[in-house]
Amino acid sequence: MNLRRILAIAYKETLQVWRDPRSLAIALLMPLMQMVLLGYGISLDIKHVPLCIYDQENSQTSREMVQDFTASGWFRTTAILNSDHGVRAAMDDGTCIGALVIPVSFSRVLAQTGQAEVQAIFDGTDANTTNIASGYAQGVIAQTAATFASRWDAQHGVRPPTAGSIGLQSRVWFNETLDSRNFIIPGVVAIILALVGAQLTSLTVAREWERGTMEQLISTPVTSTELMIGKLSPYFVIGLLDAAFCLLAAAFWFEVPFRGSVFTLILTTALFGVVVMGIGYLLSVRIHNQLGASQIALMVTMLPIAMLSGYTFPLDQMPASIRAISLLVYARYYVTILRDEFLKGSSLTEMASSVAALLLYAVAVLWLAARAFRKRLD
Amino acid sequence: MNAAPAVIAQGLTKKFGAFTAVDHLDLSIAKGEVAGFIGPNGAGKSTTIRLLCGLLRPTSGSASVAGYDIVRQPDIVRLHIGYMSQKFSLYGDLTVHENLRFFAGIYQVPRKQIPERIAFAVSMAGLEGREGALVRTLAGGWKQRLALGCAILHRPPVLFLDEPTSGVEPEARRRFWDLIHTLAADGVTVLVSTHYMDEAEYCNRIALIDAGKLIAIGSPGELRRHDLGGQLFELECPTLGATLAATRQAPGVIEAAIFADKLHVLLRAGTSGEALLAYLAAQGMEAGPIRAIVPSLEDVFVQLVSRRQEASP
Repeated sequence: MNLRRILAIAYKETLQVWRDPRSLAIALLMPLMQMVLLGYGISLDIKHVPLCIYDQENSQTSREMVQDFTASGWFRTTAILNSDHGVRAAMDDGTCIGALVIPVSFSRVLAQTGQAEVQAIFDGTDANTTNIASGYAQGVIAQTAATFASRWDAQHGVRPPTAGSIGLQSRVWFNETLDSRNFIIPGVVAIILALVGAQLTSLTVAREWERGTMEQLISTPVTSTELMIGKLSPYFVIGLLDAAFCLLAAAFWFEVPFRGSVFTLILTTALFGVVVMGIGYLLSVRIHNQLGASQIALMVTMLPIAMLSGYTFPLDQMPASIRAISLLVYARYYVTILRDEFLKGSSLTEMASSVAALLLYAVAVLWLAARAFRKRLD
Repeated sequence: MNAAPAVIAQGLTKKFGAFTAVDHLDLSIAKGEVAGFIGPNGAGKSTTIRLLCGLLRPTSGSASVAGYDIVRQPDIVRLHIGYMSQKFSLYGDLTVHENLRFFAGIYQVPRKQIPERIAFAVSMAGLEGREGALVRTLAGGWKQRLALGCAILHRPPVLFLDEPTSGVEPEARRRFWDLIHTLAADGVTVLVSTHYMDEAEYCNRIALIDAGKLIAIGSPGELRRHDLGGQLFELECPTLGATLAATRQAPGVIEAAIFADKLHVLLRAGTSGEALLAYLAAQGMEAGPIRAIVPSLEDVFVQLVSRRQEASP
């Protein structure tokens, strides 16, 4: 291997990227666009669930409860109803997906016994949304109950035997606010890097074939390993800059808590960068036109990574066969690493299996890429 | 002193599936020679050059360039050659200077010599003052000369030029050949392919190639003296097509072909030009005058190709 030849190629490649608007756009604009699009566009949280209120009592206490629902931010009152069949109608025409029904004896029963019931009805057609919304409803009710209980305390001086304050104390680790953004953003960063990296490098060799410059290049003493290293190094730097941008945006703009070490983050990101770039390069070597190479790079990165990296769809919910396939999706390891790094602050040893998998991938991809390129026309 | 030939090919063959692009080619080119590969498009000139550069692997046969085997030592061969492909293959999005700098790095030109070599290549290409211009903005002739400049930055002993002058205006072609001879005078062996017959005259030696086979090799003078098997005549006539058809039927005619606005007719020894004119007049053709000429390389080439085709129909 000859350093001067590697440098000559790296310098030439840098000039070409700099002068190619398409590559430049992928390198600089795509991460920004994707970060905004995926960061904001995809959210598993549900806010402002349309809720109908059927308050049969309409007392001060019941209105307080309704007030708590709307003040929570999870719900938004879309209609005030006054009949049972009104609830059905409102759900049918989509006015609401949930209804809060407060019985006519609500405040009286509550004042006498210290406990009372309200009914929350949800449209079960979207099971996921319903689950989340009913969880929110329980949370709001527990909060209201606590207020009532403390008021009971103040009035009666003793706690009721069956206090309204008995709520399910569920505590969630790592993502305390249960904000799905904390879960998704690290995945988004992984997806962007995989996409941008493979797109950039998928063009690099194909471009030379397409423009006929490859024939000249392979008539020179440059070796295939030198060509690979020389061509990948500028993209590697661009990839790391993109990664830095995305990770900083994750931490400071989307405010995902970062608890790990910056060193570990850089190390694992660089490793992932090598894998991603190597795969793009491998495709580029195999497919001799830019459009084809970039389309295939998009296909082999986007779909499997979106579905099988665990970035939105939890892998442990998948059937064993699909989970086995997901072991091949290199991005899943980086998604896991990023989540562990950000939310748990895991160390390298704690993430050993994921890091080892990435390392294995990096070595294999580079080995294949260096071998795949033959300095021949036939 | 190295008296060994710069390029040797023995039984060099390249097949692409059922198609034989290069067919048992034997060749020997001495050091410092300017050797021309002449032949129609698709004759196998480019394939031969690519084989010799190590860009293609021969199906059978062997070859060596600058003393190194093209199959076993392709990387060493590449250190000793300069190659200019048929299609322009410098980087259009890089400037003149950046292209030269790139190839200087790739060929490991000693750092101290880089400025001098680049300056030489720039002046050779006539691009002084345009070092900062993007290569894609240059006109054809300049591009070709720059490509040559890039191919000789490392002072290779053997230079392969694949149709370097195709698509270049005549004035620039002339200049390009001057450059080739300047290099050859310094001891560089140049192997150049072309389909322009007139360019053959610039070569020390010419290899006539057709359908993958070497059909003749020699200096332009030797080839012109090639025994055509008869005397060549130039016939003037107003209707080329009809006269050609009639001439081919005439007794004593070996071959006839259109050359520009005249016919070239090869007559068997003992047949006179007047006899042909008399025959044509009897057919009601208006033709003449006719005169004996020295065959051009093109005449030789046409004759050799048609003779070979008759031999193996």
